Amino acid sequence: MSRAASPARPWPLSRAAVHLVLILYAALCLGPVLLVVGNSFKSRAAIFGAPLSLPGPATFDLVGYKTVLGQGAFLHYFANSLIVTVGSLAAVLLFGAMAAFALSEYRFPGNRLLGLFLSLGIMVPIRLGTVAILNMMVATHLVNTHLALILIYTAQGLPIAVFILSEFMQGVSKDLKDAGRIDGLSEYTIFFRLVLPLVRPAVATVAVFTMIPIWNDLWFPLIVAPGEATKTVTLGAQVFIGQFVTNWNAVLAALTLAVLPVLVLYLLFSRQLIRGITAGAVK
Amino acid sequence: MGSLSLSAISKSFGVVDVLKGVDLDVAAGEFVVFVGPSGCGKSTLLRVIAGLDEQTSGDLRIDGLLMNSVPPAKRGIAMVFQSYALYPHLTVARNMGLALSQEGIAAADIKRRVETASALLRLDALLDRRPAELSGGQRQRVAIGRAIVRQPSLFLFDEPLSNLDAALRAGTRIEIAKLHRQLGATMVYVTHDQVEAMTLADKIVVLRGGIVEQVGRPLELYARPANLFVAGFIGSPTMNFIGGDSAARLRAATIGVRPEHLLVAPESAGAGAWIGAVSHAERLGADTMLYVDVPEVDVLGAGMLTARILGDIDYAVGDRVGLTPQAGKVYRFDDDGNSIAA
Repeated sequence: MSRAASPARPWPLSRAAVHLVLILYAALCLGPVLLVVGNSFKSRAAIFGAPLSLPGPATFDLVGYKTVLGQGAFLHYFANSLIVTVGSLAAVLLFGAMAAFALSEYRFPGNRLLGLFLSLGIMVPIRLGTVAILNMMVATHLVNTHLALILIYTAQGLPIAVFILSEFMQGVSKDLKDAGRIDGLSEYTIFFRLVLPLVRPAVATVAVFTMIPIWNDLWFPLIVAPGEATKTVTLGAQVFIGQFVTNWNAVLAALTLAVLPVLVLYLLFSRQLIRGITAGAVK
Repeated sequence: MGSLSLSAISKSFGVVDVLKGVDLDVAAGEFVVFVGPSGCGKSTLLRVIAGLDEQTSGDLRIDGLLMNSVPPAKRGIAMVFQSYALYPHLTVARNMGLALSQEGIAAADIKRRVETASALLRLDALLDRRPAELSGGQRQRVAIGRAIVRQPSLFLFDEPLSNLDAALRAGTRIEIAKLHRQLGATMVYVTHDQVEAMTLADKIVVLRGGIVEQVGRPLELYARPANLFVAGFIGSPTMNFIGGDSAARLRAATIGVRPEHLLVAPESAGAGAWIGAVSHAERLGADTMLYVDVPEVDVLGAGMLTARILGDIDYAVGDRVGLTPQAGKVYRFDDDGNSIAA
């Protein structure tokens, strides 16, 4: 047996190359975020004078945060964002997982077709239907309500959730579900107690991928819920962007604050998330 | 308690007919083993009995009660799966007791029944562990315990030993046989391993392509196979089948001789119905398998005759030997592959 035949460690050179690419990509992703966070702690003059430099003793200034937090409405916008995001997330995960279970577990006529129909939504951006959606919301008197946004985001998040979760649910041991049936567990118990815990990494993955576009969305809040009572953070931050004068300190501070909840959620889910993304790729 | 009766059970998945009219009666207390090659429908038949799949047509009775469309939990059955299928989030004790608590049985009763079963299977020390902390053999014992606790009228086993290594498999096999003697319960067991079938069964059901080929006691199937398929399936190494002139002389289309019924002698000894050269020898100590090339004989299948000799007899590859079937140990089959009565 030659040594070359064994799956040797990758060459140091190719390993370095892989890391170089990953580091570059990470820099590309993190750069703008760090720029926003860094500049949010600087005075207005420093933001324009030296946008790439870190805040120092001379340039450190919390005026942006003071503006944002001083404006009472902003915490209210935060609450709106949270209500909409958590509500949509709960609906997407619950209904997505249930649909995925049905599609992967039961044989019924039109099963494949229904699955295909549901995953079609991945390819068609929901924004194409904005006008029709707005008409619907007006007709049902849902304009300027949290419910309007929750319904829209649920529709937006379901296709990918069903698609990913049904793949994972197919991987759950059939014997396990059958053992549950023989022991007299209801289908709901089998779903909630046996299957759902086993696909937890996939649920975490879907949760993060669903949450981020909802939290960041500007389009639908602007169109169906622009009222003061239902304004979300991203929409709220727009008040600092004027036609002639933009309060950059406040905009950057608002955006920095808006990153925090996503960051917290990511840290909570990150272990599960990585398992979810790489499942199937390894082993 | 625990009789089972199937009449004209068939099952189709779309256009694929997996079971084509299976009739079977199992008496209370019997140990029945379904064997057959993969895809023969044995697992599907078990799932139909369990109620996990519903038959397309036919009637299924347990203890004389019609069970068509009765949900699995209400059939008075318990099932042991190949992959154990233990609930990962529950301890061993709760795994075993779950079905009982679903039935609404009092906690004290559940505890007592779990303890009885765990004593039987030597699981006492493991009751508070979770499945992930158990070895494969322990998991399978828990799965068997989970079935025992229910005191079902019918035990169903779906290839329960396939995931175990050889040593554990033999041990667990003996344990299942003992269990059957102690409980006296009716057991239906699916396997593709004929050693399990021969050693455990009161009655073997050989299936092929969704049809029952033969039903009988293990040694009955060994001694009097109904057709070529059963003859080839039961017994290891598999029976030698010979066509052509050798068969025609005995007024049969095909004759069969089991490897253990072939007498081997060196060619120099003179005698031998068939003469050939040893092409391979497997020496196992207790016995020796000889694979003999017999170019003049019309051997079906591998083209070589297999002979099994007791003891370690030193034939080298290339040695010429004569093979003679023992008197009265030749099976005859007609053109359709059915046995011709002696």
